[in-house]
Amino acid sequence: MLDHVVAQKTYFLIFGILLALTALTTGVAFIDLGQWNTIVALTIACCKATLVVLFFMHLRWSTRLIRAVVLSALLWLAILIGLTTTDYVSRNWTPIPQPWESSVLQ
Amino acid sequence: MADSHAASALAHQFEDLEQQHEAVSLGMWVFLATEVMFFGGLFAGYAIYRRLYLPGFVEGSHLLNVALGAINTGVLICSSLTMALAVRAAQLGKRNALVTFLILTLALGLAFILTKLTLEWRHDYLEGLAPGLNFTHGGPHAKSVELFFCFYFLMTGVHAVHMMVGVGILLVLVVLAWKGSFGPTRYNAVETAGLYWHFVDIVWIFLFPLLYLIGGRY
Repeated sequence: MLDHVVAQKTYFLIFGILLALTALTTGVAFIDLGQWNTIVALTIACCKATLVVLFFMHLRWSTRLIRAVVLSALLWLAILIGLTTTDYVSRNWTPIPQPWESSVLQ
Repeated sequence: MADSHAASALAHQFEDLEQQHEAVSLGMWVFLATEVMFFGGLFAGYAIYRRLYLPGFVEGSHLLNVALGAINTGVLICSSLTMALAVRAAQLGKRNALVTFLILTLALGLAFILTKLTLEWRHDYLEGLAPGLNFTHGGPHAKSVELFFCFYFLMTGVHAVHMMVGVGILLVLVVLAWKGSFGPTRYNAVETAGLYWHFVDIVWIFLFPLLYLIGGRY
């Protein structure tokens, strides 16, 4: 055998958890939690993605080389989203420079 | 090599089957890392524009059918389970189980695409929510809603294209599995296809809350 054969029971357990989390995230969307709606929805999505990667995609049993590739993908995604958001968040922190003519003409 | 079957499963550039297996998986994971960046750009763009035009994006999100989105999420999770079971059947050399699970995965994938196409996209188009083709939605945030639907069609469309590629790969695998091309030492093709399929599932796991849910449904 080249790779770990996962017990059928494990797959069905993960499948059940994924369906339960889908029901949970859909249900929570109908409750007003203000800002927390977004945070809860994204947290549940991250949990589901982690379960799929670890068990369905066998990352739990794979080599360190493949784990490094997965972590680097997440790192680059964090850079992509992180740097883009910091730009948009901090854009208005400094005043927008006015053209010099406007001060001369006054 | 221990037996002739194992020998034929090993391409001659590799030392042994483990090395070949690792190389094949690594290749797929590197490809998926590039896919993360591809979808990541769309997600980042969506997040920025949602922040800039929040009322329009919430209004647009409310125009989507959350029940269909949830059902389709369930369908994709089922297809991920059958795909995982197909890989397991290939590892154990169970040909009939492999063919059955591959066909099930294929059918669930098609069910997802057809639901998307006939019940959602077609409906959105007829309701006048398709930017560039038929957009008649009015109101104070009409332009922002239009932008939301640009993102909606682009993101779900690109995802659906990935699904169709997956369906094509599965079709080939079904034929190969039927011919008995896979066995306990040669199932790399099934496993890499599985990795791809699960990845497409993960993309939807994020698309569903981002497009359908986070505006709140109360």
